[in-house]
Amino acid sequence: MEPINWHSVFFLLFALVACGFALAVLMTSNIVRMAFYLVLSLAATSGLFFLAGADFVGAMQIMIYVGGTLVLLIFGVMLTAKGPFITMRTKAGEWILGAIVGGSLLAVLLSAATSVRAWQPAAQLPRVAQPTATRLGMGLLGVRVDKLAEQDPTRRAGMSGYLLPFEIVSVHLLVVLIGSAYLARPKKRAVAGPGETAR
Amino acid sequence: MAEYLKQYLSPEWLAYVAAALVHAFLLVNLLAISALVFIWLERKVSGRIQDRLGPTRIGGKFGWLQTLADAIKLVTKEDLRPAAADRMLFLAAPYISFCSSYAAFMALPFADGWVAMRLNVAVFFIVAVLGLEVFGVILAGYASASKWSLFGAMREAAQVVSYEVPLGLCVVVPVLVAGTMDLVSIGQMQKGLFINWFVFHDPFTFVTFWVYFTCATASVNRAPFDLAEAESELVAGFHTEYSGFRWSVFFLAEYGSMFVVSGLAAILFFGGWNGPLPITHWLGMAGSTNPLVHYVANFLGMLNFVGKCVFGITFMMWVRWTLPRLRIDQVMTTCLKYCMPIAAVSFAGAVVWTYLLPGGLIIPFRPYGNEREAQLLDAIEDATRRDDTAANLLPSPIKREGEAGNSDPLANTNPSGGRRGTD
Repeated sequence: MEPINWHSVFFLLFALVACGFALAVLMTSNIVRMAFYLVLSLAATSGLFFLAGADFVGAMQIMIYVGGTLVLLIFGVMLTAKGPFITMRTKAGEWILGAIVGGSLLAVLLSAATSVRAWQPAAQLPRVAQPTATRLGMGLLGVRVDKLAEQDPTRRAGMSGYLLPFEIVSVHLLVVLIGSAYLARPKKRAVAGPGETAR
Repeated sequence: MAEYLKQYLSPEWLAYVAAALVHAFLLVNLLAISALVFIWLERKVSGRIQDRLGPTRIGGKFGWLQTLADAIKLVTKEDLRPAAADRMLFLAAPYISFCSSYAAFMALPFADGWVAMRLNVAVFFIVAVLGLEVFGVILAGYASASKWSLFGAMREAAQVVSYEVPLGLCVVVPVLVAGTMDLVSIGQMQKGLFINWFVFHDPFTFVTFWVYFTCATASVNRAPFDLAEAESELVAGFHTEYSGFRWSVFFLAEYGSMFVVSGLAAILFFGGWNGPLPITHWLGMAGSTNPLVHYVANFLGMLNFVGKCVFGITFMMWVRWTLPRLRIDQVMTTCLKYCMPIAAVSFAGAVVWTYLLPGGLIIPFRPYGNEREAQLLDAIEDATRRDDTAANLLPSPIKREGEAGNSDPLANTNPSGGRRGTD
């Protein structure tokens, strides 16, 4: 019996779920159902990442995209809604416009995907590399573990880890956090009488 | 396991399917039976705390079968649905909660190597997946088309989203001490006496555990943080409109996440399957090459781990029946003004402590700084060895970083070549 390539089977399964629910997001007019379908579609995408051996990216996908949609749903929809079940009606013109934009993007992506030689189906699939977050973490701390495999000494000298970008990004995020907390704080009403300076 | 079954089942895929089914079957039953036991335990504990007896009739003197009788009652109850409800979301919501709770069990190891899916980022995965449980709750509250449900859902959303931040910070501290996010490796690093547990590693991890426990109680929506179902204000919160089997699925999910959260605490802080006393090590069972002895040692470890989980859950019950429910503003104050700064300070403290004193708190008994580093290197090496494309990266990256940079041929002449051959 010809061995079934289970990797492909699960890839197709997850891809079908992701695409199917992505279409369902478009088709439904109820906003909360849209968010629900979007969550399912994004979760199937994280399944694709797990299938590809990228555990860290998969877990990130769940944490950020799926969890982010959740927060979006709560604060974007439920806090602004006036009635119980909000619906969105799309006009025919919007459908046509959306179909043109989406279809042309799909055409570009498809032609790009089929033209890259390295992406065409290989005769033999490579083994799935086992993932490790430790190497990622050490890279962020400035130690490139894959440096030792590099043969060319000049290229190896350039592999210096990502400590500085990591620090810049984290300080940036900290600034954003503090700034948002500052902007969202309850405003103290400065009561300043005449001749008195408000603090 | 699939590799083992492959020897006996003729088409290769059948072995994988069988292995997956066995894992799924074991975990579903663990979740269901543990919920059965914990609901009974909850009744008994609450009874004792309130100076009552709790269930005494069904199943003998201690009322063992009370939950089973309840379950039969719930299954036979009519499955009601409000006329105004969003039908599909209303019907799907309990299962979403259950699925996320169940998915977290996939990455939770029960003993050394006894895990359905050994993920390199297991800690992160569990925290991410547990955060999704709230999605089912929110959908339930929204789809019920009832104001009590919606209020409960919004409270739950605000609470869980806020408490995820300190929870994440607390989880990072043991990960930082261990140097890996793989729960199996984290458990292995704490073997030996109980002083090797990460909770006793330094004062900061000790503090972190209590913050973790508070945040975990809040994130699984247990009293005193059960605002989403505050009976005195919101009838029953998000599950007001549910009855029968769907209602009980919410409770399966809740008890399932309590188990996961306690299990995570047991592995991250309390040594996982490594007991307070290393009895299996003293008996020489743990490292044994005899598969039967190894199996027995692992089984004892699993009992140990489950015992710790049960202890954690009992502790949550004790808290539930002791403390009054907080108000929503008090919940937010607890999170943002207390848990968050304490977690942040513990994190910074643990960083400094691990840098200065890698051996931990009790230095005379534990000259293990180097040993732990060796274990970390082993873990990296182990992970790298499994990586087929990068088999020649094997030299331990921390120590020999400088040497490798200086002498170029080292990268090619180190012993990795032989290792690659075995792959």
